[in-house]
Amino acid sequence: MRTLVHTTAALLTLVSLAHTLWSGLDERAVALSFALLVLLGELTRWSGPESREAAPLAAAGALSYALLGEDAGRATHHGALQVVTVVVAATLVGCVPHVARGQGPTADHLARRVLTAGFAAVCFQPLYNQGVFETWGGPGTDPGPGPGPGPGPVYGLLLVALLGLTSLCDAVLAAALAHARTGWPFGPLLRDELRAMLGIGTAVCATGVVMALAVAVIGLWALPVFSLPLLLTQFAFRRYAAVRATYRQTIASLARATEIAGYTPAGHARRVAVLSRAVGRELGLSEPELTVLEYAALMHDIGQLSLVDPVPAGATAALPVAEQRRIALLGGAVVRQTGVAAAVAVVVERQADPYREQPVSACVVRAVNAYEEMVRDAGAGGPLRALEELRLGTGRDYRPEVVESLARVLARNGGVVHERMG
Amino acid sequence: MRSITPWARVYVVAVSMGAVLCAAPVRFAHTPWGAVALFVALCAACEQLAVGRFGGGRGYDGPGAAGLGSGGGPPRWHTPVLLAGAFLLPPEAAALVPLPGALLVRGGGHTPWPRRLWRAGQLGIGAWTASRVHGALGGPDTVVSRDFPYTLVAAGVSVVAFCLVLALLDGGILALAEGVPVRLAWRGLFVRSLVPVGVHGLAGLMMAVLWRSPHGPLAALLVLLPMWVSWWVFAQYHRERAAHQATIRALVQAVDIKDGYTRGHSERVGQASMMIARELGMDDERVEVLRFAGILHDVGKLGVPTRLLRKDGPLTPEERRVIELHPEYGHEMVRGIGFLGEARTAILHHHERLDGTGYPYGLVGSQIPEFARVVAVADAFDAMTSTRSYSRARPVPVALAELERCAGTHFDPVMVRALVRGLERRGGWHPAVTADAGRSPGDLPAAPPVSGRAGTRPDGVPGQVGSKGRAT
Repeated sequence: MRTLVHTTAALLTLVSLAHTLWSGLDERAVALSFALLVLLGELTRWSGPESREAAPLAAAGALSYALLGEDAGRATHHGALQVVTVVVAATLVGCVPHVARGQGPTADHLARRVLTAGFAAVCFQPLYNQGVFETWGGPGTDPGPGPGPGPGPVYGLLLVALLGLTSLCDAVLAAALAHARTGWPFGPLLRDELRAMLGIGTAVCATGVVMALAVAVIGLWALPVFSLPLLLTQFAFRRYAAVRATYRQTIASLARATEIAGYTPAGHARRVAVLSRAVGRELGLSEPELTVLEYAALMHDIGQLSLVDPVPAGATAALPVAEQRRIALLGGAVVRQTGVAAAVAVVVERQADPYREQPVSACVVRAVNAYEEMVRDAGAGGPLRALEELRLGTGRDYRPEVVESLARVLARNGGVVHERMG
Repeated sequence: MRSITPWARVYVVAVSMGAVLCAAPVRFAHTPWGAVALFVALCAACEQLAVGRFGGGRGYDGPGAAGLGSGGGPPRWHTPVLLAGAFLLPPEAAALVPLPGALLVRGGGHTPWPRRLWRAGQLGIGAWTASRVHGALGGPDTVVSRDFPYTLVAAGVSVVAFCLVLALLDGGILALAEGVPVRLAWRGLFVRSLVPVGVHGLAGLMMAVLWRSPHGPLAALLVLLPMWVSWWVFAQYHRERAAHQATIRALVQAVDIKDGYTRGHSERVGQASMMIARELGMDDERVEVLRFAGILHDVGKLGVPTRLLRKDGPLTPEERRVIELHPEYGHEMVRGIGFLGEARTAILHHHERLDGTGYPYGLVGSQIPEFARVVAVADAFDAMTSTRSYSRARPVPVALAELERCAGTHFDPVMVRALVRGLERRGGWHPAVTADAGRSPGDLPAAPPVSGRAGTRPDGVPGQVGSKGRAT
């Protein structure tokens, strides 16, 4: 799948380059300005951990060039292939400093950028250059300054619809690429992509349309004027992601308190969190639910801090049920004190309940915790035996779907789960 | 809101009357009523969305004007609408745009009337001024003729006027309602608002230009989407940051309670460290990191059994060794928290002494990181000046004399002098501890209550300066 996407993108790039070299650039000034915009966007690219769209300005610039029909009232003539050429060239140049620092965009990102810009341009430019939109009151009928004979809105709506379609394709593409890369189920990935699109994606699309329209009206001045607000948006996202990362680190440190105090073995909370996240993803939980699950898994043992004497090896799954629930309640109380979202406290509190009364996240934490404790000292045959025991417990303690998801996650990764964590 | 002084009431009423006066001549002007109605509706919708759906973003109003204004914080996201109105409409109509939204806002908790009146008046006068300035520069014609660099100039001047008026009015309310000293009230208000309002002004200008273009109001509305998204993200950011701070505060309270300290010890150590850092002329970023170093210096005690921390009577050498592990525990805990930076080494080394008799590594002199030397002094100072279960608080001069006596052997003389200077400059030690204001953490399960457990504290417990005149 990835090879297919990459090959398509590469082919499109080659064809566009060849065509542009053959026939030369139309409207050099416009092409150069948009190339500069994309370049600037790439230079301000930010390779944070949680970024769906790391270079929104570059994406918006590429889209608006694809939808550009007019420059200050004069019709433009660039075709779809020129759009792809300009976008690719600017993107590649903009990547250079990042690659030099060893954190450039991946091939997936480049392919997505090429294909989405290409898609929008192929949908728009041929139709525009054949004059189809003139009957819709688009560019070409603009009588210049002053009130025109009521053209406008339809054209704007058309561009919005086109970009909506483009971002839908982009989301499908992104989800497919992520699915091929990680093996997580496609449906939830697509849902997360679509949800993320409502955030920065909306801003990118709206900016793309506005820039295309504004350049049509006032010329290239529109680019600097309207890239600043989008930079503000990018800045906001960056700060948000930074504080989220910090918060996650703080929670992880808090979780280490039990390990340092000697109540639980080193790395236990972290391993449970990573595995719980993978299982949650397999079950199709959404991104916010996964965050709650991860925090809860990190802090699931924190109730043990309130115990006067440590549980042997921190293995709560082997304790009597009443004792397990008491520790869970204590843990929930501690989590509430720390001001973490109440949803996390609920998961921690209910982790020892029978699964029929539990929220799904609590089921995941319970099963994964039990698995981790059983596997820890078991040696080679441990994972299989542990899974067997969990399956035996599906009558009351562990939710069957969760255990099966856990089995699938383990089978896929050969028993070792790696996932990025704060 | 705090109780409002009579003068503040008069001021708010005067400002809102001013807005009414600005908007009053609207009857006589040639007003495009359709556009005005649309802008009014937009503005009200923005306001409503901001309050209703994302009420958590209330902290967004900025700390400077907790009571009334929109203060020094970034502008609310209806600013582009307001400015686009100012660029398109005659001044009287522009002044009308923010009024209904500000007055009728509902939801998101109780919004008292003075606050609504104030917002309406302030924004109305601001919009009127911006529109007036823009009109005087011939702006509305340039928006239509798209005469570009000049359009930007006219819009820029009008945005500056808008900021200026808002800052002037804000300063007044700070002085009258919040009791900020008059000479401080206006400081920085204008400069701080210039960049964010300027960016929103660009969006407003783009809205105005598209509004007048053949593409019409619909295209203009698209401009609002990115602004809305960035506002939303900022609100999320503030919520997440508040949660993070609450978590750190809770962590610190847990340590304080577990150790049987008087409440707020950690936070006071943070403040004393900050004071020393300021005296040493560190830049703001390092001062902030040092504050965290002070706050979290004992976080490793979470890993030491409560029984040992609160033991009555002398500790055995074995028990003392366990307690002396807490700097290493703390370092182990916070190792993964990136933003703490240098504070992490301070947590590891805050019990080192200049003569090498400290722990965990027995570092000597300048081998001890600077931050650790600061925190060591701040820790000892607060330990002596606050009441513990085993010793009464000593007066500040006695504590300082003790610190100066041990300077050179235990403490870095530079830090001790900086502390002395800082206290002189501020006229004494009056730490404000926010932990006391919050919810009561007394029932944290990690720490059973201490009542009735007063006893003598053994010497040699880390972080203390012993009651026998011996710094430990």
